[in-house]
Amino acid sequence: MRGATHAKWAACAAAVALAATACGGGGSSGSGGGGDGSAVLSASWGDPQNPLEPANTNEVQGGKVLDMVFRGLKRYDPKTGKATDMLADKIETTDSQNFTVTVKSGWKFSNGEAVTAKSFVDAWNYGASLKNNQKNAYFFGYIEGYDKTHPDSGSQSADTLTGLKVTGTNAFTVKLTQKFSTFPDTLGYAAYSPLPSTFFSDHAGWLKKPVGNGPYTISSYTKGSQMQLKKWDGYTGADKAQNGGVTLKVYTDNNTAYTDLMAGNLDLVDDIPASQLKNVKSDLGGRYINTPAGIIQTLAFPYYDKNWNKSGSDKVRQGLSMAINRDQITTTIFQKTRTPATDWTSPVLGTAGGFQDGLCGDSCKYNPTEAKKLVQEGGGIPGGQVKITYNADTGSHKEWVDAVCNSINNALGNDKACVGNPVGTFADFRNQIGQHKMTGPFRAGWQMDYPLIQNFLQPLYYTNASSNDGLWSNKDFDKLVDQANAETDTSKAIKLFQQAEGVVRDNMAAIPLWYQNGSAGYSDRLSNVALNPFSVPVYNEIKVG
Amino acid sequence: MPEQPFEPDRAIAGTGMGGAMDLATSEAETLEKTPGGPEGTGPQEKPRSLWSDAWRDLRRNPVFIISALVILFLIVISLWPSLIASGNPLKCDLAKAQEGSQPGHPFGYDGQGCDVYTRTVYGTRTSVTVGVLATLGVALFGSVLGGLAGFFGGIWDSILSRLTDIFFAIPVVLGGLVLLSVVTSNTVWPVIGFMVLLGWPQISRIARGSVITAKQNDYVQAARALGASNSRLLLRHITPNAVAPVIVVATIALGTYISLEATLSYLGVGLKPPTVSWGIDISSASQYIRNAPHMLLWPAGALAITVLAFIMLGDAVRDALDPKLR
Amino acid sequence: MGRYVARRLLQMIPVFIGATLLIFLMVNVMGDPIAGLCGDRQCDPATAAQLKREFGLDKPVWQQYLTYMGNVFTGDFGTAFNGQKVTELMSTAFPVTIRLTVVAIVIEVVVGIALGVVTGLRRGRPIDTTVLLLTLVVISIPTFVTGLLLQLLLGVEWGWIKPSVSTDATFSELIVPGLVLASVSLAYVTRLTRTSIAENRRSDYVRTAVAKGLPRRRVIIRHLLRNSLIPVVTFIGTDIGALMGGAIVTERIFNIHGVGFQLYQGIVRQNTQTVVGFVTVLVLVFLVANLLVDLLYAVLDPRIRYA
Repeated sequence: MRGATHAKWAACAAAVALAATACGGGGSSGSGGGGDGSAVLSASWGDPQNPLEPANTNEVQGGKVLDMVFRGLKRYDPKTGKATDMLADKIETTDSQNFTVTVKSGWKFSNGEAVTAKSFVDAWNYGASLKNNQKNAYFFGYIEGYDKTHPDSGSQSADTLTGLKVTGTNAFTVKLTQKFSTFPDTLGYAAYSPLPSTFFSDHAGWLKKPVGNGPYTISSYTKGSQMQLKKWDGYTGADKAQNGGVTLKVYTDNNTAYTDLMAGNLDLVDDIPASQLKNVKSDLGGRYINTPAGIIQTLAFPYYDKNWNKSGSDKVRQGLSMAINRDQITTTIFQKTRTPATDWTSPVLGTAGGFQDGLCGDSCKYNPTEAKKLVQEGGGIPGGQVKITYNADTGSHKEWVDAVCNSINNALGNDKACVGNPVGTFADFRNQIGQHKMTGPFRAGWQMDYPLIQNFLQPLYYTNASSNDGLWSNKDFDKLVDQANAETDTSKAIKLFQQAEGVVRDNMAAIPLWYQNGSAGYSDRLSNVALNPFSVPVYNEIKVG
Repeated sequence: MPEQPFEPDRAIAGTGMGGAMDLATSEAETLEKTPGGPEGTGPQEKPRSLWSDAWRDLRRNPVFIISALVILFLIVISLWPSLIASGNPLKCDLAKAQEGSQPGHPFGYDGQGCDVYTRTVYGTRTSVTVGVLATLGVALFGSVLGGLAGFFGGIWDSILSRLTDIFFAIPVVLGGLVLLSVVTSNTVWPVIGFMVLLGWPQISRIARGSVITAKQNDYVQAARALGASNSRLLLRHITPNAVAPVIVVATIALGTYISLEATLSYLGVGLKPPTVSWGIDISSASQYIRNAPHMLLWPAGALAITVLAFIMLGDAVRDALDPKLR
Repeated sequence: MGRYVARRLLQMIPVFIGATLLIFLMVNVMGDPIAGLCGDRQCDPATAAQLKREFGLDKPVWQQYLTYMGNVFTGDFGTAFNGQKVTELMSTAFPVTIRLTVVAIVIEVVVGIALGVVTGLRRGRPIDTTVLLLTLVVISIPTFVTGLLLQLLLGVEWGWIKPSVSTDATFSELIVPGLVLASVSLAYVTRLTRTSIAENRRSDYVRTAVAKGLPRRRVIIRHLLRNSLIPVVTFIGTDIGALMGGAIVTERIFNIHGVGFQLYQGIVRQNTQTVVGFVTVLVLVFLVANLLVDLLYAVLDPRIRYA
């Protein structure tokens, strides 16, 4: 064994000297295959932050795996983002508060177990139960009995939600604590996935190799390094995998992933570093996609700080907004993989879904003279300097924050008016925000959980909402959102949400910066590559060879 | 002399904080050598002539002259950057991002449209400050602790030596990532403080070793026999003879501290804007290496020249202080 | 000899405890790690409190440390936030980093000592000056710049190597990363050997050996090199620990999933268990390597005896 390794090493060393590249393990980008759909592709990945349980995965890397391994009641159309029935036969309601769900029969988990109403109810109860530490538990917050299974303090007095009842093999009812007309459309989120009974009986084993009901099964998982997914031949859904499998490789630095793609060492990179965007045309030719995603970047403000919450503050915020040259930054820094924002939602909603192009009006247009005037009228920048806080460890935040600051400095004619304030780690960044330690604007990125206008407004601007980090509070806004949620007619509900968004605009509660696109590059082995509105590649549709 | 396993100043220190360094001297109390040959002869016997000899040597050494001139130039630039750069390093125009060399802007523009020449010139101050202050801190702290350990020996030596080991055992880059990731200040002090905190063991061991050697010299023993106090022994007799290796290693370490600042910036925990530093510029330019290599070339070149100058200076000083190489 | 080793092992205990305590405190300074687990939103307070309880973060630091060390002695290094056992992470990460370190050390020893001997014997000649200048240049350019440049040139422009290292991380894939990792130390080994050789060349025993009429090769290898290796060995010994822990930059550039990668990931996510666990092992490696170096002296220099 040792001898063999040694010999191989010597041989490889010689090969390297001869400029050969095929030595070593490698080969994970799959060999053979061809056009018959059995070839495997390799794709960039990040180490998931949390255990790979559906109700515990709240970031895109874990989300990628869940999207391949699970199918829920609804699925968001990879192109339009519209929620369509997947496992749901029908979801009925008369009052927007009590729902009857019928699950299609014939679906199975990859271990052979049938997907039934119980698979859903057990999974949801698990997700809502405090003792299981599920970070997406609040998704079940509207279901009756949540205050018992997941109290704000103290220990839980119940393990199951009273609002969930299995009424037949394939049917269950959901009772909410309040009217929520768009509730069925939220059910495409991964947290609502069904779980097989092995999840509960052999939890540790399941975590090592998650079992689901999606088009792929996990064939091997090397923690912190890579995961191999195989096409599941027994999958009964319409969206069967068009390739033999996917190998997800963990990268610490997306620059390396891109370099690997260029060198033919990787097939798909779904997060192209900003610094390389200039090269994609020459490096990849047409093998590059840049599609809108449900992500908006804003600058949020600390309303708990008196300096940012006094009369005239709204003028300062408006002035700062007008001092930011969004067009130039999105073109130069992001090479048009961002679009200047003109409202507080996202174009992927579509006008029918509530997106309003140009809602922000002049306040989001670059106008240095007006900006300077407004900031002065509003009493100047508190403390004489804006510090934009961001985390330095992920994303290309430094580039754009520096650019935003330079833009503000140039507009206000003061080269120290704005300065970036990097925080070393994301955890610390969230900590400082959570403890309300911000003294100026901070980076606020919002990636939608489901494509509804409600998701872009309520969690961010409703009083004491889960992501209302700046503690903005406005009675008119809250009232309109309550009305909208109670409205059974979807189009009327959207109108009310749009009115609420108008309140956000009038107060410039947060400065909208740009809508983020998903961008991906791929090797010449692949075709039919697309990103869904969550900027996750639609792996099952990719063809290899 | 061969029976000294080797001299501290020789086994340089070099990887600086990176790790490596030091020597068996740390284990001197446990090493028992078979007798043979005189103890620590050489530089320690005639201190005055050592320094004047060294100086005479240095004056004739072209390496020393060149590196000293470069360093002098760097110091002048860091004090008065506007002497050779009229622009403002914080004035940037995104429209010119990544553009190459043009009249009035010989080094071109960086990714934010800032003038690379101006930023490189202004970055000198930060990098030289970090290097010099971190080295001063490390040298002071390290040689005091190491010197005391070597001088008093016994239990104090054991305690201080183990303490040195503890700080030595923490990988430096790792310590930087952990400690500096929580820093919010945008001054150079946290970075310098961190370098002193994890850098002192290097000097400490060397200082300890050379104090132990110096302590055994006949004239020290004689002074002690004549009733000289501890402080007099330390200040008058031992320090002048033990300080040479420390100076040498410190000069070389200075270069590595400047380089370390860049590595910290690359890992996202270095200095923060609006501070202008080579490290910040090199790390942001390293992403644009394919499109705009000029962004990387100038600050990295300036850094390399500075580090080179300090290391060569240290080298020259070491050679001059070592009579065996004459 | 046995007594000496025993004494050294005893001395390791306070150093080990001190170093782990130090890193434990440092990681704790970073603050509450839970907030980073919930993405761009607040963790709900109930779950956050529950998680803190489970990871023991609600206890005072000294108590956390004691519990942790207690567990470590029973072989339990705790669990990372994504539910993976730290020992499991170690078992995948350490073999990779050990291979990388071996490659780096081999390069250091072979290339460094060879260059050192050549330059030491030819002091002042053009080859000496050239190598000297080269080593200075290597030392003065930060590793990440060298690494990125090599990756771009060899991996992309010329296509000689793969720009990143696969999960298997075989020796052949690790040659270039190993070279980058070793580069600075390589420069030092060269310089150390050179000085040492140059100095010992004029010593009495070499003169004696030459006078006895021994062949030049034998004089160089048996007498000169052996005596000149002590400082080099010391350097390499202390370098092992530094290389393993300092691979953070190299492993990041070449996407190697070793110790540096896990440490970086652990720090970014403020994962106390991972960081402290890995550093604990690194501290042990450092201590043992130091001891081995001291024992090696006796082999290289028969005049040194340990009592």
